[in-house]
Amino acid sequence: MQYLRDNPDRVLELTEQHVRLVASSILIAMLIGIPIGILVTRVRWLETPVIGAFGMLYTVPSLALFVILLRYTGIGQTTVIVALVLYSLLAIVRNTIAGLDSVPPAMIDAAQGMGMTGLQRLFWVELPLALPVILAGVRLATVAAVGIATIGAVIGAGGLGRLIFDGMRSLDTDRIIAGALVASLLALAADWGLAALGNLLRRDVGVLSKG
Amino acid sequence: MIRLEHVSKVFTSRGQVVKAVDDVSLEVGAGELVVLIGPSGSGKTTTMRMINRLEVPTSGRIIVDGRDVQEMDVVALRRRIGYVIQQGGLFPHFTVADNVAVVPRLLGWPRAKRRQRAYELLELVGLPPDQFADRYPRQLSGGQQQRVGVARALAADPPIVLMDEPFGAVDPITRKQLQRELRRIQSEVRKTIVFVTHDIGEAFLLADRIVLMSEGRVVQDATPADLLRRPADAFVTEFIGEDRGLRALQYTRLEELAGPAPAGQSPNGVVLPGALSVLEAAREVGKFENATGDGFWVSDDAGRPVGYLTYLQFVALLGETIAPEDTSGKEPAHAVSA
Repeated sequence: MQYLRDNPDRVLELTEQHVRLVASSILIAMLIGIPIGILVTRVRWLETPVIGAFGMLYTVPSLALFVILLRYTGIGQTTVIVALVLYSLLAIVRNTIAGLDSVPPAMIDAAQGMGMTGLQRLFWVELPLALPVILAGVRLATVAAVGIATIGAVIGAGGLGRLIFDGMRSLDTDRIIAGALVASLLALAADWGLAALGNLLRRDVGVLSKG
Repeated sequence: MIRLEHVSKVFTSRGQVVKAVDDVSLEVGAGELVVLIGPSGSGKTTTMRMINRLEVPTSGRIIVDGRDVQEMDVVALRRRIGYVIQQGGLFPHFTVADNVAVVPRLLGWPRAKRRQRAYELLELVGLPPDQFADRYPRQLSGGQQQRVGVARALAADPPIVLMDEPFGAVDPITRKQLQRELRRIQSEVRKTIVFVTHDIGEAFLLADRIVLMSEGRVVQDATPADLLRRPADAFVTEFIGEDRGLRALQYTRLEELAGPAPAGQSPNGVVLPGALSVLEAAREVGKFENATGDGFWVSDDAGRPVGYLTYLQFVALLGETIAPEDTSGKEPAHAVSA
């Protein structure tokens, strides 16, 4: 606790770095993963290879993935962001598929019968109704990314991992605890915040809460 | 308006070939309400869904407004055909007004016009717009959701409306109410309506013509009165119900019996809605012990008096309805007009 009290500016700065790492990774993963998920629900045979590939990626230990990526993306944030994106894709793609699959057939039928084009159906009906489930995937990915991002400090990406690894080098337990504590709090906050947003959407959409 | 020419639809599921619709030909005239009815698996829903191309016929042609639907732009075709599905099929994330205005929005109407149209239609289906426009579907009862579903189908004023068991999922009392409402709305807007149901009572209450289907084929295509009096075969008789006399009382509408309103007389005394079944009318008449006059007025769905029956005529027609053969050869009490 001492370290936190003595270096609030440093902790804040690293927290900000950490948040930026995670947020940009998740954003990129959404931009890639949601369209892939949509594609899979249109071209069904893709499901097994796509989920299989992302599933396999997910099992690669993070330190190993960082090292492998180092060769292509070098020391620093880029490598960490690429790795976090790759890890996040599984949850986001899988939940996008599940969300779109959960749209009641009657909704699709009504949308089609009223003369919506494929894109109108997607943006007006399917995606809004799938949103709570997609968001649950984003939440899962975000919480995991907050943890994995700490390891990014090893390859110079900054973030709260810096406190942990600096603490290990200088045998400063207090610093390690400070880093771990703030990272955990960050993960909890992300989890809670995204859950709250999901509940809000769910209530608004009303799909999953009722019929 | 709508013409099906030798339409068939074959599904293949797990190697098995199922003939869902088998050489169906039928016509629906402008402003006509035709009910497709039959047991489940009779092909009635598939037949309807081929009209707005939610299903593609395996063979045969469907002509809407003189044009083969297969040659029309599917999106444009659907936007000029209203569509009501079971349980309303409302979009849960749209307000009631936005649900009603979906097709106008697809057609690119300006916002203010869409809003105005949604209000008009909510009014038409009996939901005060000030109270309902900004609610979400989940805040509505099943019956109210169905009304919104009907309003949504009528929003862009399509000449044709397809209704797929629209009142199947509500309780009997609400269903009866919705059926009456639909009759009133239809008397105001006069759409060409294809209505799918498996409820024979509903068919008799709503239909100008009933098309009874079984195993993908049309068994009989007739007016309600003809279906009652001249069932094509044993299947029709069984489907209507064994006790034909009682069914006839339940299903013949008062408006089918009433003579023309006498000229120059203003309606006073007893007025009964023409949508009542003869049986219901008989019960109602019994309640007016102290009524003066020799008969009662019959009103249309908008409440306008359109016909008159003396009690004597009514009794005679009751008998004729239960057992039409008994009066054969005799002159009817008066000319029967629709």
